[in-house]
Amino acid sequence: MTDSSALPVSARAVVVGAGIVGSSLAYHLARLGWRDLVLVDKGPLPNPGGSTGHASNFIFPVDHSKEMTQLTADSVRQYKEWDVFTESGGIEVARNEERMQELQRRMSSAKAWGIEGCEIISPARVKELVPYIEESVIVGGFYTKGVGIVDSLRFGTIAREKAQELGALQVFANTEVLGIEVEGGRVTGIRTTKGDIATDTIVVCCGVWAPKIARMAGASIPLTPAVHQMIDVGPVPHFKDTQGVIEFPIVRDMDTNMYERQDGSGLEIGSYAHRAILHDPEDIPSNEEAALSPTELPFTQEDFEKQMEDALELIPDVLNDESVGIKYAINGLLSLTPDGLPLLGETPEVKGLWSAAAVWVKEGPGVGKAMAEWMTHGESEIDLQSSDIARFYECQKSRTHIRARAAEGFNKTYGIVHPSEQWESNRGVRLSPFYEREQALGAVFYEAAAWERPHWYQSNEKLLEEFGERINRREAEWESRWWSPIINAEHLAMRERAAMFDLTAFCIFDVLGPGALECVQTVSTRQMDVGHGKVVYTPVLSPSGTFKSDLTVMRLGDEHFRVVTGGAHGMADLKWYADHAPEGTTVVDLTSAYTTLGLWGPRSRDILASLTRDDVSHAGFPFGTCRPIELDSLRVLASRISYVGELGWELYVPIEQGAKLWDLVWEAGQAHGVVPAGIGVYGTTGRLEKCYRAFGFELDADFTVVEAGMAPPKVKGADFVGKEAHLRHRESDPVAILCTLTVDDHTSKSGQKRYMLGREPILARDGSRLVDAHGRGSYVTSAGAGPSIGKHILMAYLPPENANVGEELLVEYLGEQYPVTVQCNDATAVFDPENTRVRA
Amino acid sequence: MTLVFMESADDELSRQALTLAQSLGGDVRAVTIDGPYAPSVWAAAIVEAAGGDDIVGPGSDRGNELLAHAAAQLDLPFAANVSEIQGDELTRLRWGGTLLEEARLHSDRRLLSSAPFAFAPATWGQEVAVLTPSFGDGVQVVDHVAPDMGGKVSLADAKVVVSGGRGVGSAEGFAILEELAALLDAAVGCSRVVTSAGWRPHSDQVGQTGTKVSPDLYIACGISGATQHIAGCKGAKALLAINADKEATIFAHADYAVIGDLHEIVPAITAELRKVKGS
Amino acid sequence: MRILVCVKRVPITGGRMVLTADEQAIETKHLGFTISPHEECGVEEAVRIVEAGGGEVVVLTLGPEEAAEQIRDCMAIGADRGIHLVSSEEWDPQATAAAIADAIRAEDPFDLIVFGNESADAGGYQVGIRVAYALGLPVVTGLKGLTVDAGRARCEQEVPGGRDVYDVALPAVVSVKEGLNLPRYPSVPAKLRAKSKPLDARLVERPVSKLEKLRLVVPEGSHKQAEILGEGPAAAPRVVEVMQQLGVA
Repeated sequence: MTDSSALPVSARAVVVGAGIVGSSLAYHLARLGWRDLVLVDKGPLPNPGGSTGHASNFIFPVDHSKEMTQLTADSVRQYKEWDVFTESGGIEVARNEERMQELQRRMSSAKAWGIEGCEIISPARVKELVPYIEESVIVGGFYTKGVGIVDSLRFGTIAREKAQELGALQVFANTEVLGIEVEGGRVTGIRTTKGDIATDTIVVCCGVWAPKIARMAGASIPLTPAVHQMIDVGPVPHFKDTQGVIEFPIVRDMDTNMYERQDGSGLEIGSYAHRAILHDPEDIPSNEEAALSPTELPFTQEDFEKQMEDALELIPDVLNDESVGIKYAINGLLSLTPDGLPLLGETPEVKGLWSAAAVWVKEGPGVGKAMAEWMTHGESEIDLQSSDIARFYECQKSRTHIRARAAEGFNKTYGIVHPSEQWESNRGVRLSPFYEREQALGAVFYEAAAWERPHWYQSNEKLLEEFGERINRREAEWESRWWSPIINAEHLAMRERAAMFDLTAFCIFDVLGPGALECVQTVSTRQMDVGHGKVVYTPVLSPSGTFKSDLTVMRLGDEHFRVVTGGAHGMADLKWYADHAPEGTTVVDLTSAYTTLGLWGPRSRDILASLTRDDVSHAGFPFGTCRPIELDSLRVLASRISYVGELGWELYVPIEQGAKLWDLVWEAGQAHGVVPAGIGVYGTTGRLEKCYRAFGFELDADFTVVEAGMAPPKVKGADFVGKEAHLRHRESDPVAILCTLTVDDHTSKSGQKRYMLGREPILARDGSRLVDAHGRGSYVTSAGAGPSIGKHILMAYLPPENANVGEELLVEYLGEQYPVTVQCNDATAVFDPENTRVRA
Repeated sequence: MTLVFMESADDELSRQALTLAQSLGGDVRAVTIDGPYAPSVWAAAIVEAAGGDDIVGPGSDRGNELLAHAAAQLDLPFAANVSEIQGDELTRLRWGGTLLEEARLHSDRRLLSSAPFAFAPATWGQEVAVLTPSFGDGVQVVDHVAPDMGGKVSLADAKVVVSGGRGVGSAEGFAILEELAALLDAAVGCSRVVTSAGWRPHSDQVGQTGTKVSPDLYIACGISGATQHIAGCKGAKALLAINADKEATIFAHADYAVIGDLHEIVPAITAELRKVKGS
Repeated sequence: MRILVCVKRVPITGGRMVLTADEQAIETKHLGFTISPHEECGVEEAVRIVEAGGGEVVVLTLGPEEAAEQIRDCMAIGADRGIHLVSSEEWDPQATAAAIADAIRAEDPFDLIVFGNESADAGGYQVGIRVAYALGLPVVTGLKGLTVDAGRARCEQEVPGGRDVYDVALPAVVSVKEGLNLPRYPSVPAKLRAKSKPLDARLVERPVSKLEKLRLVVPEGSHKQAEILGEGPAAAPRVVEVMQQLGVA
């Protein structure tokens, strides 16, 4: 029931949208003690007409993403708790061998994330479970026992009722948002068709309409409504005697991007195979105008014809029956984002305006809970960092970008997506000043934070000959995809001579003003009150002492710090600093003002020295310091640090002088054998040999600084976010330890050498999963070649009893197990453990 | 001058047609026809009686059919379900009355049927001329079958209709509506959703493509109020809507409203009626 | 039996009708399309007759290019062939009937020509009858029952209190009403088959309208302010009082 009373004049928070997300969030906020909550929806209840109302409502628990798997698992738990989950089992079927390999990869993900009840099954077994399937068109399947369907609308109703029972929530259906009041960058109120409410917190949970609502406040929620076609056929004779809505396992026909699920006496067939059909939020019909609901649009038959043929091939027993009719067919709207991930958290543009959008039914309750925690405690139990809405750069919020990527991603919904797979659409948006030179050198560009960034250079192919046997060639297509042996050659050239790296994608921002020191001290775990010209690498923690980020800070003045962080997560870091900036302190984004050229390798000092009169000797320019130097006609901010374990510098100049900087270093470097090197070296081979951790891989909100082996010898006196938790973590022994392992034998059963790519489960020698005392399974956080040590390197958190140097374990890769050995159980490097090269 | 075809002198829709005819200006003559129904023959009789006059009929199935025959025989335009007319400009119903069309009739003679309930019924003081055409080989009614209503009142004739929509939830859910209907000597109706779902036969459907009803009281239980349905029940003198969603469209067409779950409310009304009747 | 069914493409309307800016049509950018419910029963009936006794079902429409979708939909129900008179304009009933009659004359004779009793949108109640006159065929409207046997059709027309029965010799024109049968849903193979059935499309020129549409108007709401008798079962006594006032209880 909706409240018959009038809208209150003020509220602690207003939730917009009564679908699965808004209803769940309202409940969890109430549970965490929030009162005076208001939930509004422009549609009626219990089905306000958004994507929840026409969702197919099934859940497959295994995803390659840890974050999505965790959110889904938590959602399933909540659905079960309120008795709206029906387990049916589910099978992802393969029509070809490439897909079978992908299903093996799924199996690995299931083991890595600890999802039980999964197995690879034969076509005959698929037929046993789903008797109406044509087993001759498939080569196997991935069965998950825990697949089921949920009643998402019922869940929403229960959630609202429970929040109302707590006296925390008033619900207003048929109440449309007309505007959002913002003063001084903060939310102050919301205007609706039923009146205005003063509030400093608004959560936008209205899916396909979210961009429209955010725009009212001057913020951006970068998603696009997109069509997902569904038809319902029936009555199916096979289902005549079944009880309830579902008895047969749900089938995902992965290679045709379709699914088939029983729905009572009918069979629902859904597709992600048709052309991307994108809408604009402003063009969605109103509840009154829509024939069915605003997100159930007229079916476009021509887009579904190929899919009918595909479905007919897989389930002819059902579909060839002329008495089985198409009873319902819609173009259902759902939300797609530029990178396929949800949009969660406070918008970077407006304080107090939160987004919980682009969330599917399978993760809805989990997101509701995690968002409520985030809003209450400043963080959530499940790490939401890859879904953080603050992650986007301005150019990634453009309509063109959103639509291009949504369209490209749509047909990959069930796709076989390589971990390194690159986007094809809307490329070339952010170009570094080195771009033309890199192109001339045959750079193979990967995208990072919308920048084009060389991953390796074809012009370095000649190095393959130079390094000969020391370079591993990969035999299997899967690992060779999005990879080149040239990366390893560039690596060796750097270790022997010197290499230039384009690091323009770094996110750079300055913290300025009287509170600058307080701000950086509060956010950083390491001592920031250092002399001018010091460069400090520091972890950034959440309140509970897990990783929020890791980055470097240069002190440039009393009230002037420069933060340099990875491009991918840079915008979220910037928001985190800005959120902790005291009055009068400003955080200024300089990402597009400076370019960074990395120069590393034993010859880098010689190269630099040939260009400058400044002292670049070890004594004159020690490690961990930065200062301006003159290189020919340029004044350059040079910073002596390294992520590849070599002597060298990061060189910063205003972006328009970047090309000149490149030319100077390039020309001076020729005498010293300098090579251009790509991010394949910088991000993988170089850092892995040094056991340097990477944010989003080793470092995330699931692990502590102590577990990562990064606890400093002593904790600084100044307070910082997560300090209390960090001190507590130091007091007891860690229950997981980040270790570096190498692969002992790469030979598969078929005799081919295979190379792990990351996210594979680490197993005991008897094949059992390794699980730590907190229930976290061991998995490969990063994997890559170590050309200088001639081994394939893996990193993984292991339970202490397994975290012994020399411990022999297994890694499971594409259904086979390979022996591995622990090389280090702390931050010691497998290459140059004494760090002599860095400090040369 | 206008000729009005009346199904009978006291037929409600025919008396509404009379009002339309009177609004055209000029003399009005009213005719009815005796004998077995034979559309083309009846239409020919009307055409003959009209001479060169305008022809108006009721917006009933039969009225529209006869006017269409007459128009075909005369090869003149015919505007069905006219709700307003001024000279050659008229307003007529589309979509069962959910939409109006303003149109111009390009013809010296006007052939019109009156939209049901768009005009107040007129009282005809004079004799209605009875035409008795002779039947040639025109198609005519040879038999009449009446469904066995089992003593129940038909939907079209009922003074009270108890009607159910999607909110009733199932075929079995109609039991409480049947019970209430029995007490009120009412017919049970339903919306198109219900017949499509197979919960009730099409003969119970009230709507643009079902039966159009005009009872004294129409009780809409769990009916949202789609245009297709409203087109069938807007002739009701009073409409009581029972719906859990107080924003449902049906309330915009209702005279009386009860908000809440019909599964609780309908039995409560039945019980209350029993109590009142018993005393 | 050769049966022709005439259908019209109409939007599937929602709760509220919105007009295009020129007030000439319903805004359909969010709407799907179908044929009138009466016509769906007409197609189903024709297909059933042919399924039982052999023959051919042809579907004819006069409408815009997109109306080919509706012909395909009818083919998915079982129609064999389509005739599409293509015109993006709206035709008045007289002109519509004349164009259809011309198209029928160009074909081998049909035994039965089926219309819906009236279209869902324009509701002119006359095209079938006019076509019958143009072709010199008998016509019965408003059918809720149809039996075809030995060159004759027994037609049951819905009238207040029951059904009038007609017996006509074929060829004849009939118009039918929803409720005549329960139309089937198309099967997947039938949908796929429909793609390759023959469809003859030809452009037709609209003559001057005798019943000329000037503009469409959304009628003002009834502005009824419903009297709320109460919430939940507690409202029952008040409901019974109202029934007594209305004289129905």
